[in-house]
Formats: sequence, C-alpha cells, structure tokens
Amino acid sequence: MTQTLFDKIWDAHKVADLGGGVHLIYIDRVFLHERTGSVALKSLEEAGRPIVHPEQAFCTMDHIVDTFPGRGDETSMPNGGEFIRTTRRAAQAAGITLFDIGDEGQGIVHVISPEQGIAQPGLTIVCPDSHTCTQGALGALAWGIGSSEAEHALATKTLRVARPKNMRVRFEGERRPGVTAKDLILHLIGRYSAAGGIGYAVEFAGEAVRAMDMEARMTLCNMAVEFSAFTGLIAPDETTAAYVEGRRYAPKGAHWEAATAYWAGLASDADAVFDAEIVIDTGEVAPMVTWGTSPQHAVPIDGAVPDPSTESDANRRKAMEGALAYMDLAPGTPLAGLEIGAAFIGSCTNSRLSDLRRAAEVLKGRKVADGVKAICVPGSTRVKHAAEAEGIDKIFTDAGFEWRESGCSMCFYAGGESFGYRQRVVTSTNRNFESRQGPETRSHLASPETVAASAVAGRIADVRSLTESGQ
Amino acid sequence: MMRPFRELTAVAAPILRSDIDTDIIMPSREMKAVSKTGLGDGLFAGWRYAAPHSRELNPDFVLNNPDYANTEILLAGANFGCGSSREYAVWALKEYGIRAIIAPSFGSIFQNNCIRNGILPITLDESTVAAIAADVARAPQDRRLFISLVDCQVRSPDGTVYDFAIAAQHREMLLDGLDAIDVTLKHRNEILAFETADRGHRPWVHAFPPEN
Repeated sequence: MTQTLFDKIWDAHKVADLGGGVHLIYIDRVFLHERTGSVALKSLEEAGRPIVHPEQAFCTMDHIVDTFPGRGDETSMPNGGEFIRTTRRAAQAAGITLFDIGDEGQGIVHVISPEQGIAQPGLTIVCPDSHTCTQGALGALAWGIGSSEAEHALATKTLRVARPKNMRVRFEGERRPGVTAKDLILHLIGRYSAAGGIGYAVEFAGEAVRAMDMEARMTLCNMAVEFSAFTGLIAPDETTAAYVEGRRYAPKGAHWEAATAYWAGLASDADAVFDAEIVIDTGEVAPMVTWGTSPQHAVPIDGAVPDPSTESDANRRKAMEGALAYMDLAPGTPLAGLEIGAAFIGSCTNSRLSDLRRAAEVLKGRKVADGVKAICVPGSTRVKHAAEAEGIDKIFTDAGFEWRESGCSMCFYAGGESFGYRQRVVTSTNRNFESRQGPETRSHLASPETVAASAVAGRIADVRSLTESGQ
Repeated sequence: MMRPFRELTAVAAPILRSDIDTDIIMPSREMKAVSKTGLGDGLFAGWRYAAPHSRELNPDFVLNNPDYANTEILLAGANFGCGSSREYAVWALKEYGIRAIIAPSFGSIFQNNCIRNGILPITLDESTVAAIAADVARAPQDRRLFISLVDCQVRSPDGTVYDFAIAAQHREMLLDGLDAIDVTLKHRNEILAFETADRGHRPWVHAFPPEN
C-alpha cells in the first residue's frame, strides 16, 4: 500500500477510528496567541480542565500587541490590554512557555515556531489561527482550528478530525525573474478559486518547490488556507533538515540522528495515489496582484480588472460585482498604475529575513512616493534584529518606510491602528477581505518586492520594470 | 452541555454570495473582550450597519429586512465561513439566534466550529440552495423551512424534501448536545497507550524540550 506524505503523518498519529471518516488524532504541539488563545485558556480554567502536557504548548503575543517602538501591555486596540494580560496570566498559571513582549523569542506564531525549531517534520501542530498551515512547509501536518478545538487539544492531547483527501499541486519548471512563492500561490488560487482546495490536504511538490529555500516554502504553504485547503505541506528534504538543525527546540545528539532518519522516510511514495492533482508550468507565472476582496481575485500585474459578465456562476458573479463596487474599480482597468495611499510589508506570509532583504534591494537608493504611508513590520523580534545587523532597517527608513516592532500589525484591523477609511493599500499580507486593514480599506495583495516598487512609484508597479529602468 | 439540535422549523434568510469570509461575519474590531459572549451585535457589522462604527441599521441588508425577522437559518453561497479561524464568528451567529446554515460548501475550520457550538452546517448543492431561497422568498415569515437532523432532511415550504449527509460523529454530537472533550476523555486509556508506544517510535518528540 503506497502512501502520501500526508497519509504517513496521519497514520502515525491515529489513536482511534471514531467512525464515519472521523479519527482521533494525537497532537504533538499546540501554539496559542493572545487573540484566540486567551479565550481558550480562560475557558479551560473556568471548566477546571488541566492541560495535560503544558511543556509541549507555546504561546506568543502577536495579534493585538502594538508594533510601535516602546510598546507595552496597553494597545491602540480598544480593550487590547485585557487580551494581553489574560493570556500572560493564564499561560504562566498553566506552565506554558510564553514568548512575551520584550522577549527575543516574541513574534508572529508562524514565524517564530519554525525559527525556534518547534515546527519539525512529521509533527502534528495546531493553533487557533488559520495560517497554521504555514508550518506545513517543514513537512509537518499543521492546521488551524477554533478556540474550542484548542481547548480540546490542550485537555486531551488529541483532536477529533474528519480525514481530508489528498491533493498534489506540482509547480514544474523554473520561476521567471521577479516571480516569488507569493506569486505562485496567488496564481494557483486565481486559477483554481478560493474554494479549490476544500476537503484536501495539499502537498506542494515539483521542481520549483524543491528549489525553494524554507522561507519561500513557508510563504507558499501560508496561503493554503486561502485555497480553502485543510492544510498545505511539503516533503522534508535536506533543505528542511539543514534549516532545523541547531535551533533551540530541534532534537539534539542521538535524538537528532533518529529524527533525521525518520524524516527521510516521510516523503510521498513514488507511486502514491492522490485524489486530485494540479500541475502548473511555473515559467508561465508572472508577478501577481489582486484586484478584489478575495485572494482568488488575482491577476498578473500587467493584467486588468476582469469583467463579471464573463463569470457563469451566479453567486461568484455576485461576489465579483460586490468586490468591484467595494474596490471602486471598473472592468478593464489595468492594475499597474492604480494610485495607492499606503504600502505594507509584514505578516506571517512575507515578513521573514529573505522577504525584507528582497524588498530592501528594491528600496535601496529610492524614496517612497509623497503621500504614501509605508510600513514594514518584521515577523519576529529575531528577524528584526538580524535585519538591523545587516543595515536593512536603514534602507527602509531612508526610503521613508516606518520600521516597527514585530507582530501581525495591520495585516488586520482590530479597531485600533488602521490605514484609514477607504484607503487603497498594496500589501504583502494574505487577505484582501472587506475592511481587513481598516474601515472599508481597499487591499491589493502582492509580493514584498511588488509592494516596495509600488511604494516608490506611488501606484501599483511592476517590480521588473523598476529594476530594469533603475528609476 | 450544548443545546441539542434535533428538528427546527424557522425563517430562513439568503446570503448567497460565494466566499463570505469570517471577517465579514465577525469583523475583528467587534471582538472586544476575552469572552465567548457579548458578540451578537457585531455579527455582519460591516454590512448590517450604515457606516463603520455606527449602529444605524442598513435597510438593504437582508437580516434588517422585517420580512426576515427572527431568522434562524442562513442560506449561503459556496465556501461560507472561509478565512480566519476566529470562533467569534460562530459565537456571534449563535448569539444572534442562527441554528443552522445551508450552503454548497463551508470553510473547514468554520464548519468544525459550528459543530462544536451546536450550529448545524448542511451541505446542499448550489441549485438546491437557490431553489430553497426562491421558495422561501415568496413569504419568508409564513414559508418556514423545516430541518430534521434525526432524518437528515430539509423540507422546503413547497413540500420538496432534500436529503443531506453529515458525518455520523458530527450528527451524534449535535443531536445530543455533547461536549467533545467529555466524549474524548472516555478514550483516555487509548490515548495513554498510544503515547507510550509512540515514545518508542519517536522519542525526540516526547523528550521535550530538548536539553541544550
């Protein structure tokens, strides 16, 4: 019986078959943050339910915490302090390792978990956060859950999960210059829809994926949830092991030897059968940008806003028409050249050191256009400090970007800081949903280099033309 | 103990646009306390109210239409509840009084969150949902939809009966209003046995955190 990467991890964690395709799955690691973890911890306390393995659970402050220099427990979000203090007190009472404000380990959960070697191949990892799929880049089975499910995982070390089907998405061929992992995943979602992955664990494979470094793989897996997949994952290989080795929570000594031998057997068998498969010619993918209010509203940056009348599905047409009205755009309008009021580089999608380096390459010697509010928020405190050691912060601030403390920041609007009413934003984040980055903000998703190029131009810009002409 | 779901006859309202995300269902700015309650007013805030930060009702939003007063069933488009994992979206729906949602498909985290909170997610194809919406729309207050989780059927006011499928586990939890943690803890011995065996297979996972 041949098996996929997903099958192998699933079967290795199956405690019991509960019938009807639902299995009791052993959970190796739980991550929490102050937004959704706080309520889970509080609810467990109130129910008097102990956490069975607190040493295998972690918590961070990323969602509500401010990113201004000199930040504290009080945040710009109404009542944000309650989320922070409740989380801290409950995490400490439960004996969970907390990466608190001011701690070198603090940062966005899906940045710090791999960074500290907590995410490892073959593990089951859950967090009440939909972008937990990011950590599938390590060859882990990592998925987002609700707060009640987090309580369940903490109290029982298991979850009751309906087994998803297997899909493989192969990115064959090589990426063209200026094309990143972000562009590949936007291309996939744009072509196969935001519902294309429903019911599937999606393995990303193919030449272009093998060639990616770990950070690019994390960007790719990050948006599996925007494809509505159960999760995304990538077979662990030498790149993975080299990344994990030596990190704080990575196996050591004899355990390292045993672990790497185990990881080497996790890849899908050569003749493994997938329930669905998509093959993408990577060489055909261009830098992408979104025009609407769903990540599936993605087009090549030299493309135009599509016409809803060409959409045959009535509900999807309705969604497109709603998106056009919301975004204040007309069919046929070219994306490149659209005037912007703000630019954002950050989030669990694109805030790691390699992301900041690539954006800095674009920004070096250039200035953000007048009237554009530009912000860079490193994904973790470590990323921030590493970038500063290379002088990247200086490049950003010289160009006119704000350089912030780490956190989720304005990837979403929680009632505090925002880009402003109906502001048009080009952003390296993962969601262009209505009012995601502020009241009725108009968000255009793109890679960090496209955001940087657009910030300089004051309008959505093709990074390839900027690089060539040296403007 | 959750409120059990067996049968329901109620007003059903259409929100048929596809890919309605949990940011729309419950904007983050409305999640103001570390609590599973006090969230009903935030439901669909961006669409339900006339302007951001106002509580003046937008008369064009379906749930503000008196024809759909006391809605307990939502008729939705594909991929309903996609996006953020925020269970606040389900807590808000529950507090508002929504007890079932019928859609061609759901975001998977959202679907699980519904089951954990006693809301029945029913999957029916798009043309069926559209047909039910059209039937109900003729007089929403009088033409109530009937749902039986006992028989796994939806009956439209015109008498048409639609069968639906749901995982046996999920059905049982909803029918009896069971708490998932309580049910799972009955497997405590199996979980401990698994852990003991797994410590032999994957020692580095259990000898944690590693000593540096």
